[in-house]
This record gives sequence, C-alpha cells and structure tokens, in this order.
Amino acid sequence: MMEDLLTNVDWSEIGWASRDTLVMVGMSLLFSVLIGLPVGVLLFLTGKRQLLEQPVAYAILSFVVNVLRSVPFIILLIVMIPVTVLIVGTSLGVAGAIPPLVAGGAPFFARLVETSLREVDRGIIEATQAMGASVKQIIFGALLPEALPGIIAGITVTAITLVSYAAMSGVVGGGGLGDLAIRFGYQRFQTDVMIITVALLVIFVQLLQMLGDRLVLYFSRK
Amino acid sequence: MIEFDQVQKSYQVEDREVPALHPTSLTVETGEVFGIVGHSGAGKSTLVRLINQLEPPTDGRILIDGETVSDYSPAELRAFRRRVGMIFQHFNLLSSKTVADNIAFPMKLAKIYSRAEIRCRVDELLKRVGLEAHANKYPSQLSGGQKQRVGIARALACRPTILLCDEATSALDPQTTQSVLRLLADINRELGLTIVLITHEMDVVRRVCDRVAVMDAGRVVEMGPVTDVFLHPKHPTTRDFVFESESIDRDELQQDLQQAEGRILRLTFRGESTYKPLLGSVARESGVDFSILSGRIDHIKDTPYGQLTLSLVGGDLGVAMQALEAADVHVEVLR
Repeated sequence: MMEDLLTNVDWSEIGWASRDTLVMVGMSLLFSVLIGLPVGVLLFLTGKRQLLEQPVAYAILSFVVNVLRSVPFIILLIVMIPVTVLIVGTSLGVAGAIPPLVAGGAPFFARLVETSLREVDRGIIEATQAMGASVKQIIFGALLPEALPGIIAGITVTAITLVSYAAMSGVVGGGGLGDLAIRFGYQRFQTDVMIITVALLVIFVQLLQMLGDRLVLYFSRK
Repeated sequence: MIEFDQVQKSYQVEDREVPALHPTSLTVETGEVFGIVGHSGAGKSTLVRLINQLEPPTDGRILIDGETVSDYSPAELRAFRRRVGMIFQHFNLLSSKTVADNIAFPMKLAKIYSRAEIRCRVDELLKRVGLEAHANKYPSQLSGGQKQRVGIARALACRPTILLCDEATSALDPQTTQSVLRLLADINRELGLTIVLITHEMDVVRRVCDRVAVMDAGRVVEMGPVTDVFLHPKHPTTRDFVFESESIDRDELQQDLQQAEGRILRLTFRGESTYKPLLGSVARESGVDFSILSGRIDHIKDTPYGQLTLSLVGGDLGVAMQALEAADVHVEVLR
C-alpha cells in the first residue's frame, strides 16, 4: 500500500539527505554560536550606557551585522561562493553550504544574544560591580549565567532558521533534504518525494523546538 | 571614617550639565549608622554610589580612612570595593544561583579564599541571617524579606568595614522592614560595621540611625544626631519628613490648636525624663490646668522620648515652665 503511494521514494537517498541536513545544521549552528556569542556580547558591552560604551565600535559592528542580515539568504548563498571556495575549497555539497549558513546564522544569533543580555537586570550588573568584579568576571560570572535561558532560546530559534536556510542551499547544489526536494520533488514532479522531505523537515523543526523549550525551562530559575 | 570634601556630581544630559549633588562636605564616623533621607531625585542615591565609586565624582575628594578613593587604580578599586558591602532595594540577587552560591559569589570573585573557607563562611552567614534551611533554594523561591537577608549575607561575605544600604527596606512590608532593620542594627553593634543607609522614610532613620543628613534637590539641608533632627526639625523638608512619619495632618493639627484655650506648649522629653511622673506635680505646684492636645511616646534608636502638645489654663505659667525646664524637658511655646 505504502509502496504504491510512494513509488518514487528512495529511502536510502532520503536517509543520506537527512544525515546531510543534520550535518549542515549542526556544523553551521556550532560555528554560528562560536562566532555569534562573542559578537553579541561585544554588541551589548559597547552599546549605549553599557559597561564598555564605545559608540564607534558599536556602529561598525552593528553595521556589519545589519548588512549580513539584510541580504536575503538565497542571494547570500550566491554572493558568498568565492569566499566559500576560499574557505572550504568548494561551493558544492555539504561543506560548501556551511560557510554561507554561518554567514547567515551568526549575525542573527549575535542580535539575539545582545537582546537577551539587555534583559538582564541592570541592578545585577551594578551589584556585581559593587562586589569588586572585573569586566571579565561580570560577563562570565553574572551576565552570561543570568542570560542563559534567553541565549538557549536564541540558539533554538537560530537552529530552526538554519534548517530552512539549509534547505534553501539545495538551489545552489548544497545537498541535504532541500536538494532532494528541488531535484526530485520540483524538477521531476515527484510529489511523493516532496511530501516526505517536507514532513521530515517539519518533524525536525518540532523536535528542535521541543528540545530548546525543555532546556530553557530547565535553566530558568525565575 | 568616610569623608566628603566638597564633593560634587553632575551628569551630562545632551549638552547641559545637570547637577545631581552640589558641593557637599560631610563625615561619617567609623562604627556609626548614618542615615541619608530625602525624596526620590534628591541625590541620595548618587551620594551613596560615590562612596564605592559606582559613580565617579565630578569634583572634590572622597576619603575612606584617610585614603582618596578616586586616586585608586582599577585593581585597587576592585580590592577596595570588597571592603564595602552594598544592599539594594530590589535585592539584585543572581536568579541563576542558589542562596548559598549568591552568598559565596563575592568571595569567589575575590579569588583569595579557598573552597573550604568559602563553605565555612557561607554556613556562618546563613546562620547569621537565619536562612540555614534555604541554602539550596533559588531567589525566586524566597519572600522579599528572605531575599534581603540573602543580600545582607552576600554583602557581609568578604568581611567589609562599611555597609551601604540603598533603600534596603523600601520594597518590604512594615513587619519585614522591622526585622531587617533589627538585623542591620545587630550587625552594626556586633561587628562594629559602619552603615550608610539611604531611605525616604524617616521612620527607618528613627529606628536605626545615630546621625542623619536630610537631602533636598542635591543639597544636604540639615544634618545632626537623629534625636536633634527628629525632635527639633529646622528645615521645611525635614519637617515634612517628620510629620509624614508621625502621620500628622498639619491642617487638622492647626484646627485643633485654634479650638484650644489658653497657652499652647510643646514639651519634649528625652531619655530618663520620659518616664518621670512630672506633669501632675508641676500642675499642682503652679496651679496650672492642662489638657493634652496631641502626644507620642516612642524610641529613637535606643533613646526613649516623648513629645506632648498641651494647652494650659490658669495658674502661674512661669513657675510651670521653670519646673519643667529644671527637669530637663525641652519647652517650646507655640501660642
């Protein structure tokens, strides 16, 4: 019965594509967090009336983040090709998709980090300062632990955004479920393949959101 | 000892200098509880933050035990701040840390205490503030009074010599306020800690402070021992605060006084004279009849006091006043 309905579906192909999507999202999420977290902290610290107020540094950082965020991801994918080749040696496949995904994910996550740090009560920063803490101690001892639930929620949102970006990278030969959907579902009119890939993406996003919500709840002490 | 030598603070708002504190000189003695009372925006928050340099002064010098605080290098300043505890109106506890970890936090930041020392000190402080049972709870699980006790324990962790209290009881209900004030008084007595306390409630000053400065619009308008300032306020702002704390309606009081016959006196008893059976004997000796229009008997920190407004009819007023003054009663003629 199932076989009749899903005649075009090659399950091993689906399996490989799913694995590719997982790798792309996982790797790009890792690098987005590694780059976005310090950038977000810097955005926060150099902002107006903050600990290391630096209007010029803030303006430059903020401008770069805004530029990357204002370019539609599908365009960023194409614009990034020379840079991608420079970094990973190819613009194709799983490896070729990761640099543009990070370029799209890191600035997005940086803004989310900045916002969640701003939500930390100023009084807590003041109290920590009054205890004789250095700026480094304030960041690692008070700011980041207090903002942790917000940062985890930000990682969840970024991960989900990266799932959809990763699917888009199929357009330029990126691999993964999006690639499958475009090559088989769209170009060969194989609706069954399209439905399966979409269903898998929906399930993936649901799982990510559930996991993120649980973690936020676990770390929230408010 | 904390000395302010012509200290001034102003903020740059757009292109204007907005003064928060006009040049101010004052001294807080070691071991005393010094109150700063004023309405919001009077500059008391600024004044207290100048002490631990959360706000650097625009001009003037702040000396703590003879050392100029604003000359400190960043590292020296951090070391100095460890000797100055601070508690806040909204407690400012870290919501991500347990009670015990909040108290341990300043010690960990100092990086000079061993793990065993920290654990020992935390246990000691938990006992001191009566929160032994709550060590592993998070601040969100505590009541306001308990949170402020954690705040106090945290402020004491590094054994400071000065404790700054920024509206520490303003977010608490009256009963909790009492117990927190009692705790502060105990700490002051037992540890010899200098406490600088800012508040907008004269009642808080009356309960725990030795001396008080009244602030209005960035200036200290009146300063002195609480007994003097509270019983004989001179500046209009101080009078407002005292009336407010005694919940006296001034219009009503005026009406009452107008209806009374004869002369009106206000008598202020302090210390021992508060308990003496004076009025009856004075009335008998001078032949004056009296009726009590208003009155109050209470304590200023540990000193009992009484303040009575009387109307006096007949007899020899001069003799009565002499007898009262001879018994150490302060007499003011209101009419």
